[in-house]
Formats: sequence, C-alpha cells, structure tokens
Amino acid sequence: MKSHEKGTREPLFNIVKRSDIVWWKAWLIRTLAIVFALVVCALVIVVLTGYNPLQVYTAMFKGSFGSKRKTMVLLQNLAMLLCISLAVTPAFKMRFWNLGAEGQVLVGGLASAACMFYVKDGMSNAMLLVIMFVASIVAGIIWAVIPAVFKAKWGTNESLFTLMMNYVAIQLVSFFIMFWVPNGSSVMGIINQSTESGWIPNLFGQKYLFNIIVVAVLTAVMFIYLKYSKHGYEISVVGESENTARYIGINVKKVIIRTMMISGAICGLAGFLLVAGTNHTVSKNLAGGMGFTAIMVSWLAKFNPILMVITSFLIVFLQKGAGEIAMTFRLNESVSDILTGIIIFFIIGCEFFINYKINIHSKHKEG
Amino acid sequence: MKKIIALLMSVVMLLAFASCGGNSTADDTSSKSAVNADFKIGLICLHDENSTYDNNFIQALKSVQAELGLKDDQVLIKTNIAENEACYNAAAELVDSGCDVIFADSFGHETYMIQAAKEFTDVEFCHATGTKAQTQGLDNYHNAFASIYEGRYLAGVAAGMKLNEMIENKKITANEAVMGYVGAYNYAEVVSGMTSFFLGARSVCPSVTMKVTYTNSWFDIAKEKEAALTLINSGCVLISQHADSEGAPKACEEKKVPNVAYNISTISMGPNTAIISSKIDWAPYFKLIINASLNNEKIPTDYVGTIETGSVALTELNETVAAKGTKEKLKEVQQKLINGEIKVFDTDTFTVDGKKLTTYTADVIDEGDFVPETEAIKDGYFNESSMRSAPYFDIKYIDGISE
Repeated sequence: MKSHEKGTREPLFNIVKRSDIVWWKAWLIRTLAIVFALVVCALVIVVLTGYNPLQVYTAMFKGSFGSKRKTMVLLQNLAMLLCISLAVTPAFKMRFWNLGAEGQVLVGGLASAACMFYVKDGMSNAMLLVIMFVASIVAGIIWAVIPAVFKAKWGTNESLFTLMMNYVAIQLVSFFIMFWVPNGSSVMGIINQSTESGWIPNLFGQKYLFNIIVVAVLTAVMFIYLKYSKHGYEISVVGESENTARYIGINVKKVIIRTMMISGAICGLAGFLLVAGTNHTVSKNLAGGMGFTAIMVSWLAKFNPILMVITSFLIVFLQKGAGEIAMTFRLNESVSDILTGIIIFFIIGCEFFINYKINIHSKHKEG
Repeated sequence: MKKIIALLMSVVMLLAFASCGGNSTADDTSSKSAVNADFKIGLICLHDENSTYDNNFIQALKSVQAELGLKDDQVLIKTNIAENEACYNAAAELVDSGCDVIFADSFGHETYMIQAAKEFTDVEFCHATGTKAQTQGLDNYHNAFASIYEGRYLAGVAAGMKLNEMIENKKITANEAVMGYVGAYNYAEVVSGMTSFFLGARSVCPSVTMKVTYTNSWFDIAKEKEAALTLINSGCVLISQHADSEGAPKACEEKKVPNVAYNISTISMGPNTAIISSKIDWAPYFKLIINASLNNEKIPTDYVGTIETGSVALTELNETVAAKGTKEKLKEVQQKLINGEIKVFDTDTFTVDGKKLTTYTADVIDEGDFVPETEAIKDGYFNESSMRSAPYFDIKYIDGISE
C-alpha cells in the first residue's frame, strides 16, 4: 500500500538476463530439473495408478536396456532420430525454419523403395544399393531445394512452404503404393523378402550396425562442418543477421540454397537408411513423426550435434520406456505420455533458469 | 548420460520407495492355478484400446486369460506397434521374454511376422487378416479370420427389416430404400463385407439399393463422419460402415438415421439410431492356439471361425430402434446359415451387369503378383473363405450397389 501511495510500485521479484553462467552451474540446474521431474512423475504414478514408482522406473529402464536386442533397437532408433535432427540443424542455425524433414525423408525412402521394386534382383546388391543411395539423396535435395529457391528468390514463407511439402510427399507415397499394390489394401509389405536385394547386409552379424556407424560419422562431420568450416561460419552469420552477412560479402541466396541442399540430402540419406537398412518397405508412416521430433531434439541441444546425441537419446529412451510400462503394467500409453510430458516440461523449463536470474526484493527495504 | 540417468533414477527410486513403501505390486491379480507356469502368449496391436478394432482383440485375449487363469506376466500385450520393422522387433522381443505363441492383429504386420517366423522356428506365429500363410510353407506361421460375411448378412437382415418398417409407415417409398455404406479401402475384405450386408438386407427388402463411399483409411473419425453425412444428404435412409471409428454412428445419431455397425455395440453412441453390430469374437481362436501350443498340437495354417465356433457374433439388439420381429427373424436366419440352407453368396440371389455369375476367378493364392487364379464359384455359390481364411470376394459391384 505504501509503495502505491508513493507511486513507485516495486515488484516482488524481477527477472534479469544472465550474461554468462559457469558450465557446471548450468549442468547442476539441468540435473536438478531431471531429479524434480522424476519426483513429480513418481507422485503422478502413485496418485494415478497406485503402483510403486520404483517398479515403474525399473520397467522404463528395461525398455531400453532389458536385453541386448533392446539396446540395439534403442541405438538404431536413436541413430535415425539423430540423423534427421542433424539434417534440420544447419537450416535452423541459419534461421530457416525447415519443418519439412518428414516429407524429405519420405521422398528419399520412396526413391529407394522404387529402385527395389523395379530392379528386384536384376543387378548385384552392391550396385543396387549405390543406385538407391544416390536416388534417395537426389530426391531429398529436390524436396528441400524447392522451398529454398522460393525463399531466396521471392522471399516466400519457408515454414508454411516446407510444412505443405510434407503433405504432398505423403500423398505421393499413397499414390505409388496404390499403383504398386493394386489389391486396394494400401499395404506394401516387405519388398524383395525372399531375395533380400536392396537390403543393407548385416555388419559383424549385427542388423543395425551399418546405420549406427553412418550416423556416428555424420554427427562428427556435421560438428566440424558447423564449427570449423567457412560454410559453417557463413550459416551462423546469415542466421544472426542477413544484412550483416550481405555487408561482409556473403551471398545470402547461395548460402540458403546450399544449406537446404545439405538438409535435404541428409533427410534423403535417412530415408535410404530406413528403407534399405531396417523397414525394407515404404509407407506413409515411414518417418513416423521423427521429422517433427527432430525439431525439438535440435533446439534442446542448441544446434550442437554432439549434444544432440544426448537429447535424442533422452527422447528415444522415454519412448521405449513408455512402451515397456504400457506392456508390463497394462497401462495405456497415455500414462507414459504424461510422464514424458512432465520430464520434457522440466527440461525445457530449466533453460529459463539457466538464461535468467530471479532477484527477489526484500519487502521492507523502502518502508 | 546413461550413467547419470541411472544414478539419478536410483536416487529418485530410493526417495519414492521411502515415501510409499507399502504399495501393492503389479501382479497380485490372479493367484489361481495357472495352466502352465512357463507358458506365455504375446499380442501385437497396431493401436491401443482407443481403436475399436484393436480393443476387440485385447478384450478377447483378456477374457481368455481370465478363463484359463493365466497371470498378467504370461499374457504380454504390446500396443501401438507400427506396420514396419517395429513389428519384427516387437515379435523378437516377445520371443526373448519367453513367448510360445505370438499373435499380430493388423494386415500390414504380416511380412514382418513372416520374417520373425523364419528366424524363430520353435515359436508359433499367428496373424489375423493375412493372406500369405498357405504360400510360405512355414510350419510355425498361420493366418486366421472368421466367416464375418455371415455376420454381415445377419446385420443386413436387421437393416432390411428396418427399411420395411419405414416403407410400411409411409416414411419412405419402396424405391427410396437406399442404404449408404462407409468403406475403409476398396479392398476384398471390405467388398465382401458390404456385399453380404447388402444381400442380407435385400433378402427381406427386395427394392433396396446401396451407395458406397471410401475413406481410404482404417481409422479416421472426421472422414468417416463426413462420408456418412454426404451419404445421408444424398438420400440414404440407413447407414452401415466398415471402418474403425465412431465417426459414422455419431453422424447418424445427429441426423436421426438408423445405423448398423461393426465390431462393437454402438448403442451408447447412438441410443436412438443404433440397431445392431456384427463382430468377430477372437476368444475361440485365442483358446485354440493356446491349447494347441500347450499340447504340442498343430495350429491350422488357415483358420476360419464361424457362427458355430462362436467367432462370428451379433452384439445386443437395440429393440427401441429395430423393427418388430427382428430378434425372431435373426434367430431363424442364423439357424439357416448354420445348417447351410442359406448360402450368403448364392448366385441365384444376385447378378453382375444384369447377368447371373457362373464363373469367377479370384486371387486366392497370394504370391505377391495380384493375379487371380482360382475358380471361386462352385455348387451354385461363391465359396468365400473356404480356400483361405481372409476374404477374397472382390466383385465390384453386384447389381444394386454403386459408388
């Protein structure tokens, strides 16, 4: 009341942007966030289901590490999510909102599937794989470069454009499946199941090892590309300010188109790996929403490819855990979705406390 | 990160454990003596309980579990398994956890189940709606379905009687007896179902015709609702559907148009319009495969459940909506179907392009070529589901049905 009379109302607290924070403090905040998240989750589990959170967390852990196979599946899913996240990252760093990864992966996968469908066992497997690889990458580039050219030349809105390209890709896949599978069931099924032509062979007896190694190498390359190459530097400058970029002589249009070509090429690669390495078929759900989850993975890791390993691990770990909880306790997966929501909420929320400081004013200072 | 998370988790677990130590554990449900403590069955579902289609399987398996006194950890249900490598992985993980029989419920799971069956030869793999078991030559891979066309036929009789009542009450003229059908895909399973439904209706209401619309999706509430509304607006006075959501029944309740449904009773969604549903009850098949694998007996390569085995059933009749005498009539027709007096696809009861059908080659043997090779008309009727469990009646369309 007093401060009201004076006309200078002092708020209870104010928020100040932190200019810098020691790395260990930042990680302490993140760690605390996860601990709090797990405590809240435990409360939710007890209130909603009456189960012991200890058992639920154990089941969640088992979903990823319960057996060697589960661990390999986890690594494979992690690799694919990471691959698509790596694809969108250079575009995001350039402030080009590529929401079209889903569609770019789909057309990449469609190109690979088309090669498998038409060639069958008409050539050596290695030859076919090379053709599929090239076809997928070209398809991904085409799908990504269309909105990039429109943006660079005519300044169209890239978020809407890339988003709508997803739906075109989905319809394209539906069309080809109807064309290839005339019985009307719209299910393609495994292509070349008996000959296995166009399938990536097992490496050291491991089914998914090839995909995992490719993505691991790609992660390192992308890290170096963004951090140490001239291209990487240009991407950051264009992202910070197009005018600055122009002023120092960067060809902005060229950078936009080139970066989106890289984005599309990696999405195409992801499509190739999904079709040749794991699913051996194509469907509307080939990317299964990963094109959108990748956006979160990339942002949470602040566009750092190495940190993206951790964020995509977290997401895949939670997904696998969700499935395991649903099976073990016969709970609907919605319960696990709630848990995932809580954990991600805390993780995103803690970034606020890393970037801002809260100053609480003592009440009687001015009294 | 793995280590950090593991560490954090153990801390939280300790905290949580301290706060609520006395909680009940997961499996204290059935302490009845189990069939065999080592036995395990796995179920792979495309969606979860929210889909009427998947829920039908889950409820059937749970009822069998209760009947046989199996524990929760002997009946493993994996939900939301996509029709891709995830299905193979789910099957392989179920093998790892010790399952003796594994069942998958969606058409698109088939090739991945075959992949798993080839690898794990000492585990039985069963698949609903699939077509490839008879061409694979695998001892441990089996297809299953039911003669649901008989159930559809019965549901059609109920629909036809409702139309008759509307004609008698002068609500519509005989020529206005047009039914609408919301189909998922233009696919044999759907075509077989709609044709038998139509033939059932026409067996009691000779003037009936039917219009069909496809949604090109098995589960899409908005599209199914829209399709039903379009049909109603174009003059259809009764709606039925082959799609898995509540879209069409709800549209019917809004527009006060009678509806005949599939897989679940829709009386709660449309108390004033739902008449009856036909459904496949999977419990008899689940019992069969569990007993077969316990006793080391062979599971049939192609299994077709019938009205007699209890696999084809009708849900509760909504007597406030259904025409008088429906119950008695259904009983009578059901008996005739069982003793073979009525054949659903009797070629005397329908024509194609104005002519009686004397020969028809269907794609029964699925070699991935989509080339029809088998004569299906024998003894004066189309032999549906006798040469393979999944339907293969794909004549589009018999006279009276149009798009």
